[in-house]
Amino acid sequence: MSDKIGVRSLPAGIAGVSVGQIERRVGADEAPALAPNARLRCIGQPTARINGHAKVTGQATYTVDVKLPGMLHARILRSPYPHARILALDTGPAECAPGVRAVHVIEHPIGRAIEIDAAPQSGPAGRELRYVGDPIAAIAAITPAAAQAALERIRIEYQPLPFVIDIEAARKADAPRVFDHTVRTEVFGGPATQLPQHGNVHGPDASASRGDAAAGLAGAEVIVEGEFRTQVQTHCCLEPHALVADWRDEGLTVYISTQFTAGIRAELAAALGLPLARVRVVVDAMGGGFGSKSRIGNDVLAAVALSRAALAPVRLVLARDEEQIDSGNRPATVQHIRAGARRDGTLTAVAIEAYGTAGVALGAGVGNFAQSIYDCRDFSLEQSDVFINAGPGCAMRAPGNVPGAFAYEQIIDELAERLALDPLALRERIDSSPVRREERRIGAERFGWSRRQPPGSAPGVHKRGLGMAQSHWPALVHTNCACEVRILRDGSVEVRSSVQDIGTGIGTVLAQVVAEELGLTPGEIVVRIGDTNFPAGPPSYGSRTTASLTPPARNAAYQALRKLLAAIAPTLDTTPEKLTMRNGRINTADGRHSIDFREAARRLSTEQIGAVASRSDDYGGFGRRTGDFAFARNALGGVQFAEVTVDTETGRVRLERVLAVHDCGRPINPRQIESQVHGGILQGISYALFEERILDAHTGHMLNANLEQYRILRSREAPAIEVHVLENYQGNSATDAYGIAEPAIIATAPAIANAVYNAIGVRMRTLPMTPAAVLSALGRLPQRS
Amino acid sequence: MVMRGNTSPHARSRTPCVTGEAVGPGAVPITLEVNGILRALPVCPGATLAEVLRDQLQLTGTKIACDRGACSACTVRLNGTPVCSCMVLAIEVNGAKIDTIEGVAGETLHPVQAAFLEHDAIQCGFCTPGLIMSCVALLESTPHPSEEEVKAALGGHLCRCGTYPHVIAAVLHAAQTSKRRP
Repeated sequence: MSDKIGVRSLPAGIAGVSVGQIERRVGADEAPALAPNARLRCIGQPTARINGHAKVTGQATYTVDVKLPGMLHARILRSPYPHARILALDTGPAECAPGVRAVHVIEHPIGRAIEIDAAPQSGPAGRELRYVGDPIAAIAAITPAAAQAALERIRIEYQPLPFVIDIEAARKADAPRVFDHTVRTEVFGGPATQLPQHGNVHGPDASASRGDAAAGLAGAEVIVEGEFRTQVQTHCCLEPHALVADWRDEGLTVYISTQFTAGIRAELAAALGLPLARVRVVVDAMGGGFGSKSRIGNDVLAAVALSRAALAPVRLVLARDEEQIDSGNRPATVQHIRAGARRDGTLTAVAIEAYGTAGVALGAGVGNFAQSIYDCRDFSLEQSDVFINAGPGCAMRAPGNVPGAFAYEQIIDELAERLALDPLALRERIDSSPVRREERRIGAERFGWSRRQPPGSAPGVHKRGLGMAQSHWPALVHTNCACEVRILRDGSVEVRSSVQDIGTGIGTVLAQVVAEELGLTPGEIVVRIGDTNFPAGPPSYGSRTTASLTPPARNAAYQALRKLLAAIAPTLDTTPEKLTMRNGRINTADGRHSIDFREAARRLSTEQIGAVASRSDDYGGFGRRTGDFAFARNALGGVQFAEVTVDTETGRVRLERVLAVHDCGRPINPRQIESQVHGGILQGISYALFEERILDAHTGHMLNANLEQYRILRSREAPAIEVHVLENYQGNSATDAYGIAEPAIIATAPAIANAVYNAIGVRMRTLPMTPAAVLSALGRLPQRS
Repeated sequence: MVMRGNTSPHARSRTPCVTGEAVGPGAVPITLEVNGILRALPVCPGATLAEVLRDQLQLTGTKIACDRGACSACTVRLNGTPVCSCMVLAIEVNGAKIDTIEGVAGETLHPVQAAFLEHDAIQCGFCTPGLIMSCVALLESTPHPSEEEVKAALGGHLCRCGTYPHVIAAVLHAAQTSKRRP
């Protein structure tokens, strides 16, 4: 690789508004400047997804469809108690049950907060079980039924312990302790400073605070204040967590429904003391993750241990109730916000006190939404985790920012009303993002925002309301990320990366990017992904996949093409620098020769040539780098408008229409982007109106651990959705593309809440906004004691 | 207090038959006409149609997601009618005609499948086979459905990725294109 740096002039600005040029210093191995989408053939086109045919015909192979010769089936024994100590455990009777091939006891469970100075425990006796469903042991047998039957033969003596389920009860000084010792603080994307812990309360973390919020509030001319509560939401991937572990002398292969093949390989290698090169992780079709399939869990380690013990492949697929109880969730939050402003709308100070619960895990914060989206000098955020005896939370689509935006965008709406300003006009004062300004302009016009009436002024029983809210999400880039492009002697082309397609269509995007560079069509590119035998790609979380992988994919294609030109130049009696490629043809400078790509490949003296490119830094540098990823200098925005009808007799909120305007840098596949925005909005509506994990206070059991009583939005509740995506050029990388998945969900719930307020004149500060909650807010239901 | 024993709330042992080892009642021979082909096979009395299709006939296009009739991912057609195959015991439907996702396309894709591709009515795709089975059945019984009729036909299906808008557009488009056929 060359160290030479050159200056490139790259497109910059928003298409349709103003696109100019920006000069960037870039490495010589970087592909040349890419024109705006209007002048490209493949990038920016709504290419049909390359694995679509397999998916509509039932041929796509998901992890649950993987069958290996001699494969065993595993089931997991789980705690029936919300809090108990194991006094004795005897697996003997299970080991000799019919069909059983291996038994594994989980002594040191992962995926939860870690106590710093707990006494080391050896053997299963003494282990504390901390929630109903906490895994205890796993059995591999020749059928799932035999494994299940054998679980019942494991003899356990439990000592039930006092437990706490309710977040308010858990905060009290005399509440039963979920952890006896202080747990290790974890912070996303940065070094952790150990936080204090009192009882079940870990924190507060005030690291996002700046200025003097108390003084700012004292000097404010107007103050609005409110307390907001959000519920636990579960991921509900339709494909359950699933894996087939195949331990052999030569190494371990794991077929797994995962959002990050390379990450699973690294975690497994570290956990098992194996070299990376001896672990292979594979996923073909993948049935949804939404954050819950990002890391290894107890199920993964158990299946691997069983395979190692049984010397056979072991399949482990969670049942739906296990999915609901023990595969992660979006933590609940309570947020108390005070916001102060001057009469002209200037935001002078914001103070937020938040606590939340991720059960036995950390991570119930409110994200970086309030601290980042609006100009505000004096800002304080104090947030704590509260432990309860419930299954661990984990990342779920825009973790933190979803509950954070639900609260903060309602406070801003309230502030606008107090200042007698239109919510859009207030944001013109406090939001310095030029991208969101354009998004508000487009959205207001297309949505017909001028139809909005004063809150609660709609006549009749069915009241219509309009509301809006904004998105903010960091633009993340996984820098430990590479891609290979191979040109074969018959002119076929392969793009290879370990990246997984979780349904977002990254394979199609890679085909478009490589085809653009090589003058081919996306259908001519063979996409090989979802296997750690290929160069390590990025995870499919954090809205970072496209941003991370498309620049090295394009650069690898560019470099492979350079190698092809160098290899064939002598056969055309010329030198490589005198060859140019245009519209799939390679021409000599003197115009005497012109051959197509396939003919050029045929002149190779070897079967294939190729190049592997790694993700280079954003051309303007990164804002902050931490471990394997970095924060881009830009952020991702988005504005959503919602129109609702509230039936004031039944309390039912009906979404009539949602209009979304988003940005993700350079859009590569507008149709797939539209699909993802639909997904964000529909999950956001579902979160706002329907979903809630319900735990029984007396037993700690989840009462709706299924897919009918845990209510999710269905087709008849889906409103008309319009999506508009900006082309926002920033000259940041070889593709200038960023992500969309998370920005698409952040604004939805607050836009709905603001629309409901506009309809009925009563603010819904608690999620979900069920009919009972709406009637209660309207004073038409007696308050439950 | 010390309690003894295992009372896991997650116990689920619906398929008592263990091949080769005597656990529970044995398999019973049945015949099914699957995608137009007569198949004779032994099924355990507790095995669902979804399990038999996937595990014994290797027709893994039919997906199991909730395993209790709440999400319709496992939809197949039983004598023409869309049903949740996780809620049907195979032994109950001896002699029936079963159509699965694998039998929908002929030499070319069915118009519904083609419309799903064109409209990107797919994300992770796990719910897609079930959705397609219901949509194909809808267009056979109601060749020109309204948008409300399409939404009603999809009413039992869960899609967590949020493909509904594109699915509805795809079905309406497929109905239009088949309108132009002789």
